[in-house]
Amino acid sequence: MIQQLFFAYFAFAIVIFSLLVVTRKNPVHSVLWMLLLFFHIASLYLFLNAEFMAAIQVIVYAGGILVLFLFVVMLMNIREELLVNKFIGAWPTGLTFAVGLLVVIIMSIKSFIAAPPGIYSIELIKQETHTKALGKLLYTEFLYPFEVTSLILLVAIIGAIVLAKRRLKP
Amino acid sequence: MNFQLPDLTPMIPELLMTALALIVILIDLLIKKKEVIALISIAGVAVVALSLVGSSGITFGGMYISDGYSTFFKLIFFINVILTILISIKYIAVEKVNYGEYYSLILFSTIGMMIMASAGDLIVLYLGLELMALSTYVLAGFIRHDIKSNEAALKYFLLGAFSSAFLLYGISIVYGLTGTTDLKAIASFINERGLTDNFSLLLSVIFLIVAFGFKIAAAPFHMWAPDVYEGAPTSITAFMSVGPKAAGFAVLGRVFMVAFVSVKVDWVAILIPISILTMAVGNIVALSQTNIKRMLAYSSIAHAGYALLGIITANNEGLASMMNYLMIYAFMNIGAFAVIIMLRSEGFKGDSIYDYEGLAKTHPLAAVLMLIFMFSLTGIPPTAGFIGKLYIFMAAINAGYTWLVVIAVIFSAISAYFYLRIIMYMYMKEPKTSVQLSVSPGIALALAITVIAVLVIGVLPSAVINFARIAASGF
Repeated sequence: MIQQLFFAYFAFAIVIFSLLVVTRKNPVHSVLWMLLLFFHIASLYLFLNAEFMAAIQVIVYAGGILVLFLFVVMLMNIREELLVNKFIGAWPTGLTFAVGLLVVIIMSIKSFIAAPPGIYSIELIKQETHTKALGKLLYTEFLYPFEVTSLILLVAIIGAIVLAKRRLKP
Repeated sequence: MNFQLPDLTPMIPELLMTALALIVILIDLLIKKKEVIALISIAGVAVVALSLVGSSGITFGGMYISDGYSTFFKLIFFINVILTILISIKYIAVEKVNYGEYYSLILFSTIGMMIMASAGDLIVLYLGLELMALSTYVLAGFIRHDIKSNEAALKYFLLGAFSSAFLLYGISIVYGLTGTTDLKAIASFINERGLTDNFSLLLSVIFLIVAFGFKIAAAPFHMWAPDVYEGAPTSITAFMSVGPKAAGFAVLGRVFMVAFVSVKVDWVAILIPISILTMAVGNIVALSQTNIKRMLAYSSIAHAGYALLGIITANNEGLASMMNYLMIYAFMNIGAFAVIIMLRSEGFKGDSIYDYEGLAKTHPLAAVLMLIFMFSLTGIPPTAGFIGKLYIFMAAINAGYTWLVVIAVIFSAISAYFYLRIIMYMYMKEPKTSVQLSVSPGIALALAITVIAVLVIGVLPSAVINFARIAASGF
């Protein structure tokens, strides 16, 4: 019961923080809400008995990526968001579709039957330790996706340089 | 703990392509003439294409599958990348974005498509899709000083991220239901547990259709296509309208025919209205377009609708006709874009359909080429477009969807209006402005390849058809 209460808190808090991130006018506030959001996601990992993932979430996202975000926001020195006229007028349609989708998801999820758990039970992971179990999987069974990810990161770097460093004027 | 490197021989094409992309980035530092980089890329892709021979096999525990199906799609990607580079050489110089990263990003995007076509696992499929998409987002915004190009990149990125969310949600439901992301294991698990009537499974199928629908630009997930196709550099528009679309069809076929084969009835029932809507939106909205890139964007949406018929038939014959269609589409569409690129010169945009008025009098050869590509896109014999449509309609009729084919033919007839309007402008109007063509050896070669392919496949289609049949038979 206590567990469900905690999960409910974190789940709702994550949704509310995400909304706050995208609706704040001051970008610094947005980034700080995002910090809180990342901590809550880390707590969800703790619920799943994934302490290592929780630590990584805090170090990489809250520690690394968020600080970068803050740097960019501060360097650009934007106090207030630029105000542009809304070019999408049909928000009632969007809302209707969103609510419809939510209803469909809730109705279908009712019939969800979880598959039998895999071999990585909590006991096995405790015995093997997290980092070792994760590392072993990443470099054996999931080696191929792991290597493809490295290509994606490379493209992200090249793309950032191409879009940011090239001259604006022809 | 002993570590064994998996068998890498089946994935030699991917490895070579990755090496090529990395080499292209590095030599960009040394070589000042970017045309050389383009030539190296083309030669490299040709070598990679040769390495496709005898690279069949399954490795990484079923995550990577190289079979006839994936090989055929990789061939489409190679044709796409070579033709795109050929039409780009002069064009990116005219647009003043002549940088080496352009070519390496195109190659990285192609690696993503190859990974998608060979994916036997949903995680790999997703990563391949992101690799392809991320490179294409950057390419769409490559002309940084053009606000339309920026808009295209941002729109493509936001909607692409949105569709990725659908894909991941769908994958997570499938994983929760079956406990695996392997396509074959999903299929056998669904059969064993009798999950065919499960609503959550149906929901995940719908989410996957939404995500792939974004990539192939099927209505109602096509909203991004016209703006992105119009704003992106024209060479990238050609690239995007063939490559990511073919890759989307490759995963659509593989995922639904392998993993969800036991819920065939459900996804066919979802795809039929999507296909009809796609053909309707594409062909009817194209009627009112005056920008030729936007018009071809809607035409590309419509063509996704025809190709979907091949998936709807849900048999090998349908898949073969879909693959054949995409191959033909690659030639005729890039050919049409090559003509559009020729009209773009210093200080002249050349993307309005009125710029084509009287082209037959000023530049008869360009007009004839455009005529052939427009005939082919309409589906008039003896061009390849007719063969593509013929086989896809035949496959659909054999599978018992005669009424659907009737609808497709009606929309096809509607499409004749906006394709033939271009021809009418070229041949029956007087030239208003003097159009300067920016011809280069690269574009001439690309036009020669595409026009010969369109005519030869149109007259002697059996080679391509049989190749597609053999490729799909091992599915």
